[in-house]
Amino acid sequence: MKAFVENGSFKKKMTSLFKDCENTVFKNDTKYLSSLRYKSFQKFLELDFPTLKTADWRHTDLGPALSKDYLQYLNKDTEELDINDIFTCDVHDFETDQISLLNGWHVHTDEPLKQFPNGIIAGSLAAAMGEHPELIELHFGKYADYEKNIFHALNTAFAMDGVFIYVPDDLVIEKPIQMINIMHPSENLMLHTRNLIIMGKNSRLNLVHCDDSTNHQASFNNSLTEVFIDKGARIDYYKLQNLNNDSTLLNSTYFHQERDSRLMINSISLNGGLIRNYTHVILNGLHAEADIFGLYLMDKKQHVDNQVSVHHASPDCRSNEMFKGVMDDEASSVFNGHVLVDRDAQRTNAFQNNRNILLTDKAKANAQPFLEIYADDVKCSHGATVGQLDVEALFYLRSRGLSEASARLLLMYAFAAEIINKIGIDALRNRIDDMVKKRLRGELSICDRCVLHCSQPEQEVTFDIDLSKI
Amino acid sequence: MVKDKNNIIDEVTQGEYKYGFVTDIEMEMAPKGLSEDIIRFISAKKKEPEWLLDFRLKAYRHWLTMKQPGWAHLNIPPIDFQDIIYYAAPKKQQELSSLDEVDPDLLETFNKLGISLEEQKRLSGVAVDAVMDSISVKTTFQDTLEKHGIIFCSFSEAVQNHPELVRKYIGSTVPYTDNYFAALNSAVFSDGSFCYIPKGVRSPMELSTYFRINAANTGQFERTLIIADEGGYVSYMEGCTAPMRDENQLHAAVVEIVTMDDAEVKYSTVQNWYPGDKDGKGGIFNFVTKRGICRGVNAKISWTQVETGSAITWKYPSCILLGDNSVGEFYSVAVTNNYQQADTGSKMIHIGKNTKSTIISKGISAGHSNNSYRGLVKMTTRAENARNFSQCDSLLLGDKCGAHTFPYIECENKSAIVEHEATTSKISEDQLFYCLQRGIDMESAIGLIVNGYAKEVLKQLPMEFAVEAQKLLSISLEGSVG
Amino acid sequence: MLLDIKDLHVAIKGKEIIHGLSLQIAEGEVHAIMGPNGTGKSTLAMAIAGKEGYDVTKGDIIYKGRSLLEILPEERAREGIFLGFQYPVEIPGVSLTNFMRTAINETREYKGLPPMPPAEFLKKMEEKKKLVEIHSKLANRSVNEGFSGGEKKKNEIFQMAMLEPSLAVLDETDSGLDIDALKIVANGVNMLKTPQNATIVITHYQRLLDYIIPDYVHVLFEGRIVKSGGKELAMKLEEKGYEWIRND
Repeated sequence: MKAFVENGSFKKKMTSLFKDCENTVFKNDTKYLSSLRYKSFQKFLELDFPTLKTADWRHTDLGPALSKDYLQYLNKDTEELDINDIFTCDVHDFETDQISLLNGWHVHTDEPLKQFPNGIIAGSLAAAMGEHPELIELHFGKYADYEKNIFHALNTAFAMDGVFIYVPDDLVIEKPIQMINIMHPSENLMLHTRNLIIMGKNSRLNLVHCDDSTNHQASFNNSLTEVFIDKGARIDYYKLQNLNNDSTLLNSTYFHQERDSRLMINSISLNGGLIRNYTHVILNGLHAEADIFGLYLMDKKQHVDNQVSVHHASPDCRSNEMFKGVMDDEASSVFNGHVLVDRDAQRTNAFQNNRNILLTDKAKANAQPFLEIYADDVKCSHGATVGQLDVEALFYLRSRGLSEASARLLLMYAFAAEIINKIGIDALRNRIDDMVKKRLRGELSICDRCVLHCSQPEQEVTFDIDLSKI
Repeated sequence: MVKDKNNIIDEVTQGEYKYGFVTDIEMEMAPKGLSEDIIRFISAKKKEPEWLLDFRLKAYRHWLTMKQPGWAHLNIPPIDFQDIIYYAAPKKQQELSSLDEVDPDLLETFNKLGISLEEQKRLSGVAVDAVMDSISVKTTFQDTLEKHGIIFCSFSEAVQNHPELVRKYIGSTVPYTDNYFAALNSAVFSDGSFCYIPKGVRSPMELSTYFRINAANTGQFERTLIIADEGGYVSYMEGCTAPMRDENQLHAAVVEIVTMDDAEVKYSTVQNWYPGDKDGKGGIFNFVTKRGICRGVNAKISWTQVETGSAITWKYPSCILLGDNSVGEFYSVAVTNNYQQADTGSKMIHIGKNTKSTIISKGISAGHSNNSYRGLVKMTTRAENARNFSQCDSLLLGDKCGAHTFPYIECENKSAIVEHEATTSKISEDQLFYCLQRGIDMESAIGLIVNGYAKEVLKQLPMEFAVEAQKLLSISLEGSVG
Repeated sequence: MLLDIKDLHVAIKGKEIIHGLSLQIAEGEVHAIMGPNGTGKSTLAMAIAGKEGYDVTKGDIIYKGRSLLEILPEERAREGIFLGFQYPVEIPGVSLTNFMRTAINETREYKGLPPMPPAEFLKKMEEKKKLVEIHSKLANRSVNEGFSGGEKKKNEIFQMAMLEPSLAVLDETDSGLDIDALKIVANGVNMLKTPQNATIVITHYQRLLDYIIPDYVHVLFEGRIVKSGGKELAMKLEEKGYEWIRND
């Protein structure tokens, strides 16, 4: 699969792969699915791979990632890996229902969907395709734009497995669901994970989506998630990314919000070779609200790219974006926010904010906070800053006896805390708080366990305990 | 103050585009179309040296390989570059030595525009270079300026009299390869202004160029070059108008500014090209490349623009801050009404240490127009302690227009600080009501409020321009309510 | 001798602000430094605290028998030098509690002591808060963020109480305070006075000296101490104004 750079031959390869699949893996597809796959694949052939000259890709170079060879699984890896061998849970107070993916495949992909005691129907997308064709037809491929984005087209054409979650109307789920996507390939791996989450009317869910590597093998995950949030529903969506330095993650999520629905996204990127989070939110009903937060702490040659597109398609909606990043070593970051307010979307409130701190002269930060506004009765604002730690504050702290290192750490932590404090689940917030502190001290590379199941012993830090919380 | 207000209200109530007349002057024109022959024709007409013809031809050949840029938030109808006249000049009888010898019709034109060359000469002490259909008509005050060693003349004269300066600096800030319209300009530019401020000289007066498109089917491709040598200072103003015509006319200008150690150039523009009628018919396509470079330490370039005219504006006055401690500024008010479209902003490229830039942009959209701010702030690795502050506000009048903000921030230095802020909102109901309650009608109230909103930028303009600009703002928004 | 400043010259960005200043302060003393704006009062305070950019071009500052010049600001703080800032910095996201705990424990670590047990720390916080009448809520907010002028200054004295310095330099602590806040601040300073520590009160007005009684008053003018005396000097200044110094 080296042929990525030469567009043509990669496409040729994928064409023959697609043909193979049509006769095998895809042969049980419903009519809807197979026509969708076909259309997407045609789009994939028409579209070009982005280069540094493509708008929105000017600072994210996929070249090196795409020039590697990757293997692509057409069914679940036959080698039986017990997920429990790869990680174990040892975090107190954070009880979740877990759905685990290993190398993009649901660990129980062959099992039927499971109805949890609390009423959620969840399991592998592969199973849902067979068991719930009506839900698939209603939502699958309806929100993601496979017509303009080559990776979304490719994902839609080859989507085989991932997580499916259906929260029926009026169901309020207290216990968070945790989607853990473990990358543990034995060879360089490309995958097209596909998730679908359907939130029924007035339902409520906390979802924690973890992407982790457990070894140092290269991977290219072209992941795509669609989330439908029906009237009055609310989802808090947490993303935790802790991948190895050879990983490439294109993590695209489309949120479709109906009237009075609420969305909170909080994505924390701690490690990863190249991470591109593409988040698209459409506010498609009155009084829908979206809060989108992100924190990225990058070092070495890591690169993180947050693309956030918020489309106000209805009046009286509110959106709020806040992304913060600290870049060390030769790390680089991109924030590209795009708020689009339709002509009819009067009384829109939209805010966009991106703050970056550079710790070295080789680190880079790029910000493009865009506003595109066609309605007049709006309150929209955006701000972006790039800078260093406040020297006045540093001196103030040092004049009270803090060492320069501690003072810097404290200020960086305070900078990050604004995002961490938005986490609504106490146990999760405390856990991430710890992880961020470790990350800032340079103690967290990729754990050999999942983020939330980190088995490393806790370390004492002087400022660890915030007594104000006692 | 009261009188000013009344004037504005008067202007608003009368306000049509008042510069839309056509002057009947005998013209000398090239045939329509663009080719190497036309370029040779232009160059020959102007008795240009070989190197300049070479420059034009290289630019033309490069232009042929380029595509019209499509990234701006603009809907540009296809332009037939073969349907444009690239050279139109008022027929010259002989060399003019005094204003008495200028074609009386031409003088009348400039009088109508409110830039009576005579008046200006006597009263205001502003040196004016007037460019009509690409040809510099008359530069006033040359004698006075010469005493200070300042060169201020038409570009063509500069080519004849100061070829070494022109050759050294032309294309040094905006190379012909820079972009599609800069390449086109480099190939076919006909005239413009040239200004050189020698070491240690502060220009004793404001310099000004007035651009006028008169003839039909012509494009205007002027080229301006301003050089301020060590410690030099000049404030330079540019104004422009065009007749009302149903077809679109192309204006693709290039302005280059070079400042050396401790030198400063302040460049102000009131752009009032014909914007088209209320249905969006006609109007000028204003595709302009303006860029300055601060080559020396402590050099400064300041752009101020009031953009009210043109059917389509595509313009990003920029600063390359190469010298340590150099300063770049961009102040802009852009008004769009009816079916006007504007995509304008600035680029600040910080290379030197302790360089500083400020961007203040106020966009006002009304009618069915679209108004975009687009700006780049780049801090390169060397730009230690560089600072940028950008504030880009948009005001929407009415629910059929669009206001957009597209900032690009690229930072590669840890000690550099970039701050960008922007807001988009509609005109405050409370402020409007307050005005109405005091007996001011809606349109005047909007005029007042908008002027207040734009004040931060307007105050950067030289006096005589500021008053003009204030009136323009109100007129441009005429008919935007109701 | 606690502090011995010898012929101190301080420059900012190459421009000399203090031109040869000498001052001795012993344990248990309160010194007031007065002078019109722009004469180098704050520069002196910053030079003692060791702020970057305040270059000592000549002379020395000897504190507890050791030159401060090559010592980092945090080490000076741990050795007992406290600067009450004229304009305390707002630090969003850092709670006052967390901040104080870090400061105390790092100082303790420097002195080879174990961290202060949380209960003891909390007790101390409560006790010292009372001293300057700080509301408990304030302690949970970010350092100085959204504090009023008075709250910021009270917070400085609170921190001084927590850190128990040997030498406190209070830079224009009275500026921006109403009379009630002024009394509270002054009261705090007086309560903290011991025979072992010393205080430098930098002020523009004599007002603060009605509440904090100095043992010595120095008049700083154009980068030099031009007059020294007892409390009566302050009174005279108040009466005659700084013009008197200029003409003298």
